[in-house]
Amino acid sequence: MDLDGESSSTLSTGVQTIPRHSTRHGAFYQFTQQSLPACKPVLTPATVITTFLLMGFIFIPVGLITLRASNSVVEIVDRYDIDCVQEEFRHNKVAYIKDESIPKNCSRFLKVLRPMKAPIYIYYQLDNYYQNHRRYVKSRSDKQLLHGLAYNDTSSCKPLESSHDLPIVPCGLIAWSLFNDTYTFSRGPTELKVNRKNIAWKSDRDQKYGKHVYPFNFQNGTLIGGGKLDPSIPLSDQEDLIVWMRTAALPSFRKLYGRIEEDLDADDVIVVHLMNNYNTYSFGGKKKLVLSTSSWLGGKNDFLGVANLFVGAFCILISIIFLLLHVKYPRPYGDTTYISWNRKIVAS
Amino acid sequence: MKRYVYIDDDESSHDIYCDNRISNRKYTVLNFLPKNLWEQFSRFMNQYFLLIACLQLWPLITPVNPASTWGPLIFIFAVSASKEAWDDYNRYLSDKKANEKEVWVVKKSVKKLIQAQDIHVGNIVWLRENDEVPSDLVLIGTSDPQGVCYVETAALDGETDLKTRVIPSACMGIDVELLHKIKGVIECPSPDKDIRRFDANMRLFPPFIDNDICPLTIKNTILQSCYLRNTEWACGVAVYTGNETKMGMSRGIPEPKLTAMDAMIDKLTGAIFIFQIVVVLVLGVAGNVWKDTEAKQQWYVLYPHEGPWYELLVIPLRFELLCSIMIPISIKVSLDLVKSLYAKFIDWDHQMIDLETSIPSNATNTAISEDLGQVEYILTDKTGTLTENKMIFRRCCISGNFYGNENGDALKDVELLNAVSSGSSDVIRFLTVMAICNTVIPTPSKTGDILYKAQSQDEDALVHAAARLHMVYFNKSGNILGIKFNSSILQYEVLETLEFTSERKRMSVVVKDCQNGKILLLSKGADEAILPYARTGQQTRHFIEAVEQYAHLGLRTLCLAWRELKRDEYREWSLMFKEASSTLVDREWRVADVCQRVEHDLDILGVTAIEDRLQDGVPETIETLRKAGINFWMLTGDKQNTAIQIALSCNFISPEPKGQLLSIDGKTQDDVCRSLERVLRTMRITTSEPKDVAFVVDGWALEIALNHYRKAFTELAVLARTAICCRVTPSQKAQLVQILKSCDYRTLAIGDGGNDVRMIQQADIGVGISGREGLQAARAADYSIGKFRFLKRLILVHGRYSYNRTAFLSQYSFYKSLLICFIQIFFSFISGVSGTSLFNSVSLMAYNVFYTSVPVLVSVLDKDLSEKTVMQHPQILFYCQAGRLLNPSTFAGWFGRSLFHAIVVFVISIHAYAYDKSEMEEVSMVALSGCIWLQAFVVTMETNSFTILQHMAIWGNLAAFYAINWIFSALPSSGMYTIMFRLCRQPSYWIAIFLMVAAGMGPILGIKYFRYTYRPSKINTLQQAERLGGPILSLGTIEPQQRSIEKDVSTLSITQPKNRNPVYEPLLSDSPNATRRSFGAGTPFDFFQSQSRLTHSTSYTRNCKDN
Repeated sequence: MDLDGESSSTLSTGVQTIPRHSTRHGAFYQFTQQSLPACKPVLTPATVITTFLLMGFIFIPVGLITLRASNSVVEIVDRYDIDCVQEEFRHNKVAYIKDESIPKNCSRFLKVLRPMKAPIYIYYQLDNYYQNHRRYVKSRSDKQLLHGLAYNDTSSCKPLESSHDLPIVPCGLIAWSLFNDTYTFSRGPTELKVNRKNIAWKSDRDQKYGKHVYPFNFQNGTLIGGGKLDPSIPLSDQEDLIVWMRTAALPSFRKLYGRIEEDLDADDVIVVHLMNNYNTYSFGGKKKLVLSTSSWLGGKNDFLGVANLFVGAFCILISIIFLLLHVKYPRPYGDTTYISWNRKIVAS
Repeated sequence: MKRYVYIDDDESSHDIYCDNRISNRKYTVLNFLPKNLWEQFSRFMNQYFLLIACLQLWPLITPVNPASTWGPLIFIFAVSASKEAWDDYNRYLSDKKANEKEVWVVKKSVKKLIQAQDIHVGNIVWLRENDEVPSDLVLIGTSDPQGVCYVETAALDGETDLKTRVIPSACMGIDVELLHKIKGVIECPSPDKDIRRFDANMRLFPPFIDNDICPLTIKNTILQSCYLRNTEWACGVAVYTGNETKMGMSRGIPEPKLTAMDAMIDKLTGAIFIFQIVVVLVLGVAGNVWKDTEAKQQWYVLYPHEGPWYELLVIPLRFELLCSIMIPISIKVSLDLVKSLYAKFIDWDHQMIDLETSIPSNATNTAISEDLGQVEYILTDKTGTLTENKMIFRRCCISGNFYGNENGDALKDVELLNAVSSGSSDVIRFLTVMAICNTVIPTPSKTGDILYKAQSQDEDALVHAAARLHMVYFNKSGNILGIKFNSSILQYEVLETLEFTSERKRMSVVVKDCQNGKILLLSKGADEAILPYARTGQQTRHFIEAVEQYAHLGLRTLCLAWRELKRDEYREWSLMFKEASSTLVDREWRVADVCQRVEHDLDILGVTAIEDRLQDGVPETIETLRKAGINFWMLTGDKQNTAIQIALSCNFISPEPKGQLLSIDGKTQDDVCRSLERVLRTMRITTSEPKDVAFVVDGWALEIALNHYRKAFTELAVLARTAICCRVTPSQKAQLVQILKSCDYRTLAIGDGGNDVRMIQQADIGVGISGREGLQAARAADYSIGKFRFLKRLILVHGRYSYNRTAFLSQYSFYKSLLICFIQIFFSFISGVSGTSLFNSVSLMAYNVFYTSVPVLVSVLDKDLSEKTVMQHPQILFYCQAGRLLNPSTFAGWFGRSLFHAIVVFVISIHAYAYDKSEMEEVSMVALSGCIWLQAFVVTMETNSFTILQHMAIWGNLAAFYAINWIFSALPSSGMYTIMFRLCRQPSYWIAIFLMVAAGMGPILGIKYFRYTYRPSKINTLQQAERLGGPILSLGTIEPQQRSIEKDVSTLSITQPKNRNPVYEPLLSDSPNATRRSFGAGTPFDFFQSQSRLTHSTSYTRNCKDN
């Protein structure tokens, strides 16, 4: 009997809706009849060839401009991880870096080839360093960084959430492996001032790291990882840590160390005094020091420019090919005489 | 099994039989959750997602927040569970309403008002006019002195005419007061679902009547869910209650149908699953190797020297989780959503509303619209489906005189009118049989006209025609029929009615002429069921000629006959008849046997010819659909000649020399076998020729072929594009559907009557025509339409669009999931194969559920070609039938596209954001933006027609992506705080994004343009033709001329007999067995005996199954 009620109701509504709908040719009516006005683009030779040509004419200039921006950046890259190991330890670098009694200081001489305008950014670059390793990238506690010891649940920091049964602030592998090489710069006899403030994102300093959270029980365990933190400085001011905690997506990355706020001239020789503390030797990583100016596009990176040029050139090539094809084999469009409904041909 | 129902003694029945509580519910409050979950988890996809979601609860391996899977999973489950719950709640409400309805019931001889659910077997239930019958009752009394009542059975069988029901003879004349005290026993079969049979007996206890067994039939019952009409009151004994009623038993949830497309999607999902396993294994092994060789040296990762026992499993499981999005969780929801919209479009379609009856089309099954586009075989009923089922009496032949041949309408034939007014006895007898040999009920209307309520359209036509010829059947009170002839009133008393069955193919009544007391047998029926029983000596030659002539015109013929019975003969026979109709076992067959004993030595009066006109647009529809590559089979219960004529007139088969009709016939196995082989041989030869070859087979030969030569017949079925099967039973119709389905063809069955229900349910798609034979077929069907011609639009427009849209939507769903998954896989190669997720949980969840599912949903509005073009070029349906738009090779294309796009996005984002910019969150957002932009352009590229909604969805979605990410970037607690603001300020971000779009879409645009222009598919060519305007010159414009020629043929064939020879003769002349059947006295026609043998066996097996 429910069946009956159903069908009779559909019948009656159907009867009622007919006059109502046919009088109202509104958008909804068109929608129900699937007859909304529609534009149907056609891939005519003209539109397609122009599109490709247009794309070529946009991407090639963009590529040139980005390439120019990239080229305007002056960059000095110096790999020091091997040269800073004394000759006698070269065969066993891991022992060298692990031995605290060996002095780790080292001097590098960098020659400025092109004049560099301030600000000059100082980066350290690590290669073959997997900050994006799953075990590593997860081992942190954002809440603890913000709230400090008040936040107890540090299970996400495994395997380094506590030591000596006391929680570690900041906990986790990332903080524990903090990069701890240091650099000082001098040009000739005068020391270059390096501004190490405001190297981390302002949003991180303000919102992500507690202003009253101080390092606690850090690097106190049996395993000493990387750098140590001054327990008297709140985390929000530990900018090296904040920079380090922004994990890199690639195994080769640069992190900001500081800024030189003086112009450097061509042929200047910069002397870098560095402390080669950080262990990249056990896993074959590389350490580089990078001095770089900046453009509106960021640092030196030719990829975008080259790729843009390539795509633009490719587009123009395609448009030329299509143009030639069109001239050589003009196809009458929409000629239905081409249609043969012979199934055998269709099937094959 | 039998049940004994003791009238008004419900003590004994309480324990044995259930009460009258109806329950259609699937669940109870307690078992809802477990049962529903169990049902949902019986699907492989859901099990897979549950496994993934459970694995994600293990923090060691989960790359993202478990919420990213649990959220959508719970959402999907909640949606389908609440849909089920809502349906079940509605069922509960309607049950409750029915159960709590108050009815008058006699209990212990006291009449009281109780709720319907408290009725027990054996209670006497009293009903008033317009009451709904609460359970299956055996009538014992009505307000009518003759014991008749009228019921409307629409809810049960969809037939809207009133049916008469009578009380058993034993209860005849019992006083109303005594009915309260009646006692007795009813012996009836165990509950079954056959609403046309009730073979039971009743014995009343003294003092009512002597211990006489009174037979009961379905005529003595009123079944649950019928309505009592035109009768003041009626009462009956409840024999079946609750869910054991005929209605309750026949209720059942039909098997859900799976479309070919769903099957293909499942297959592709399986392939992706295997691919995923391979990826997981490879990456898992690589990860473990990398861990042992590299990661152990990386002090900052701090791997322990000794891991737990499951250590080897951790990395593969991580990758399993990372790759789990390869199978998009959203695809099921999206598909369900668009499928219900396809169904809505069918419901809404104005061009598919039958203007005569205002019945809109309706898609009952919302899940199988795509299958409409892939139909390969249409099996159609004839009467009421191809024809209007509006019977009009056109011609007749009375004792050798043909009437109506000149003007095509016997009612206007002057000769016939003269014969009537002159009172020729043959003509008057003929008219008498026309008027009263039927089960029609006349009811006077308010305006003074007489309305006839007839169960069969033929009877209706005959009664109306008789009335026009001044033989007006105006009254039926009890068994007395009143007839007005000219101005005199004649009365006849109906003694017995020998009902029509499809096996007997005739019906008779035994009446007493009240004027002179003569007892007459009046018969009407199919020629082969009447003519062989002509009295010896009567010349039937001209009747045979008449039948053939009428059949050639496509008219339905009935032969009318009568015989005067001697009183003794009648008395003797009526005893036998009574005994036969009170048997419980094989009653149908026994009754038929007894009937045959009186239906002989008939005096043939004449032949009537009734026209059943073709519906509008049938030939065009069939021609268009055949051009679309759909094969047609006509399955009809009608005569072979009539069927062939109808087939010719509606373009079903072509006349010589274009077409050839082969016939399979034979009465014995050997005959059929030979005939079948001959046809098969001819068919094999002619398949290479461009010729329409069809075969015609009748029910008898079909039965033999199906039972003994199934393999040969199946081969024939595959070879033949057209077939006509005449005189087939409902179960044979279903068997034919089964054969085609077993050959992997998509079948569509269309019909209008109860005899088509089985075929409709059996076929992949069932279409019912809500016609004059009631709604039974329409109710069982997946789609119901008002007229046959709507089938064209249903298939070519709705079916085709649905197929195209789903093909795009499903492949696109895989494309976008694979895209993001490939990026994750690539990223794992630069993250130490450790299973790090590049994207954060929010992005991953929103990507599948929101960012990529909205634009593609509006592809339900996409139209590759306009409806007009498709109608002009129906051949284009081939692309759907052959599954050209969704198959492993198109899927491979999408797979390659996602791989290519993943490479583009990944390479550009890691190189543009290298060195000092390689911050994890930033790189991930650059890659994600690239995916979103690319998918927006992919949807744009694959969309054929843009409506405002598509633009809004595609570009609005892109804007929404930025809006949402800006919101997240504004929340300090979220991981991506400030990221999106920073990115949007960087020129390099925008340059990188546009680079990805250009590099990703450029080659795709190039390939698409190349194929569109230099290797165009038919669809492309038509698109070009359509969009550049101008007339589309091809078959489309030539068609009308062809059509008009054939239309002439169809009209000719009805009006002018001279045309019949060239059309008809050559058709069968080539066929192996072209001899026409003749029913001369010389060939003993054993139709009935063989038929009865057949029905005996089939009905017997059916009984066995029911019990």
